[in-house]
Amino acid sequence: MPALTIKGVQIDDTFAEAFGMRATALIITADTARWARQAAVTMTGMATSVIGCGCEAGIDRELNSRQTPDGRPGIRVLLFAVSTAELQKQVQTRVGQCVLTSPGSACYSGLEGEESLRLGDGLRYFGDGWQISKRVGPKHFWRIPVMDGEFVCEASAGLTKKAVGGGNLIIIGRTAQTTRAAAEAAAAAIAKVPDVIAPFPGGIVRSGSKVGSKYKGVPASTNDAYCPTLRGVVKTALEADAAAVLEIVIDGLTSDAVASAMRAGIAALVKLGPKRGAMRISAGNYGGKLGPHHYHLRRLLP
Amino acid sequence: MTRLTLALRQRPSQRLDLSPLVPHLLAGKSAREIERIELQTTRRRVAVGEVFRLRMGDAEQICIEGSCERLDYVGREMTGGELLVDGDVGIQAGRLLSGGRLAIRGNAGPWAASGMKSGLLQILGAAGDRLGGPLPGEMSGMRGGIVVVRGDAGERAGDRMRRGTIIIEGHGGPYPGSRMIAGTLIVLRSAGALPGFLLKRGTIVLGGGCDALSPTFVDCGVHQLLANRYMAAMIEPYSRPAAKLMRRPLRRLAGDMAVLGKGEIFVENTTEA
Repeated sequence: MPALTIKGVQIDDTFAEAFGMRATALIITADTARWARQAAVTMTGMATSVIGCGCEAGIDRELNSRQTPDGRPGIRVLLFAVSTAELQKQVQTRVGQCVLTSPGSACYSGLEGEESLRLGDGLRYFGDGWQISKRVGPKHFWRIPVMDGEFVCEASAGLTKKAVGGGNLIIIGRTAQTTRAAAEAAAAAIAKVPDVIAPFPGGIVRSGSKVGSKYKGVPASTNDAYCPTLRGVVKTALEADAAAVLEIVIDGLTSDAVASAMRAGIAALVKLGPKRGAMRISAGNYGGKLGPHHYHLRRLLP
Repeated sequence: MTRLTLALRQRPSQRLDLSPLVPHLLAGKSAREIERIELQTTRRRVAVGEVFRLRMGDAEQICIEGSCERLDYVGREMTGGELLVDGDVGIQAGRLLSGGRLAIRGNAGPWAASGMKSGLLQILGAAGDRLGGPLPGEMSGMRGGIVVVRGDAGERAGDRMRRGTIIIEGHGGPYPGSRMIAGTLIVLRSAGALPGFLLKRGTIVLGGGCDALSPTFVDCGVHQLLANRYMAAMIEPYSRPAAKLMRRPLRRLAGDMAVLGKGEIFVENTTEA
């Protein structure tokens, strides 16, 4: 495919293909920033892909005590799933197992959505009859007695159906080290963009997948076209001097947020340059027939 | 926006029913139509034009000037907008209020905010007995919204309250929060005897203690609960002293054990209430 080059980094004239998702945002607070982060990290663990995890989740940003409902340090997390029912199940399970259990934690809705998910309304039963409902103006929350006091949890959380999952950048480098440095720079830039997450470890995925497999019942398998060790035996997408490929997958509450994140990622990769970072930037798609959201790299240049 | 103003000409010779004078009922009406609205509570007919001097404006904001305690049912079943009252009002001000803001710059009679569902009621003076309480035969009192009384309140404030928040910045009368089903009642200064009498659920916060506490409340210790801090943030726009009280460590007393016992009274951090 034809490409253009900016500051020595080749950018393919292709696009990332993404899908509509259901999403919610939650604010987790605690007595200290450390424990707010601990609860957030735990509840967004094992949430890299809807294929195997049920949802994709991650930390959107840290909030200071002036930005949270209860005046304590907090973290805003985003959760994405393919259906409202699955998202509801994941929210209930993850908050119940990972936030409710974390010392001093509280959980609030972080999104004014067109619809809502049950949050405290489902978790209240843990109170075994001692839970207390409180409503002040439009706000409704539950107080659930726990061993360090009370778990405060808003009754419901906003849900958006305008979320997008699967925005991506494929980063190709001449060595494993420079490729990783490039991916780290892009992930760091994307982390600063509001309303998006990069759900894979550190925001980076090294095992990009293609749809299907030679094996029956396996929905996804390794993206052999981007595996450098298979360059000679499959129809490869890599040039002769490419040694490693990493991918960044982006989920956002809106399509604009995903585009902003991809733009920030590309800008960081270009800034780093081909010697210290990526030699080429590409994106994954399915020919444009599956996902309604297309992010053309040439429209996202710095 | 120019507000619609109703200035009382003189103290009325009979008690008046002001329930027709709420924003949603006056919207779209001409001055002539408004002046013909009947307000009497006896057999002698009294129209708005006879007792009020009307200055037309947008009915979304109504101001009643020179009000007195003979004006009953002010803001009854109001659904939105603003109703500002300069002076005292009679019984059942803000009864069944379901939206908007009713502000009374004076004292309110008994059963203010009775059965209130949502919205905001502010009373700058004192409130009479049974603030937010049900009328005889009704199962529950206030069902939502926020009531702020800058002065004192009479007996049984929050009686049979089901939801919502009442803040009394002055003293509370006897039996505050009696038979409460849920909701929050905050009394900043001292309250009368037996707060939370037959309290099922709900929260009563007493900033100045009370004359006598029922032995059917049990001590759960002193706590500085996050829920109270969260409540404090939400009520701060309505009452800063109440928010300040809620942020303090408070002693939690659970009860009333004579009934369901899932309510609570918070008092200052002393061994005696």
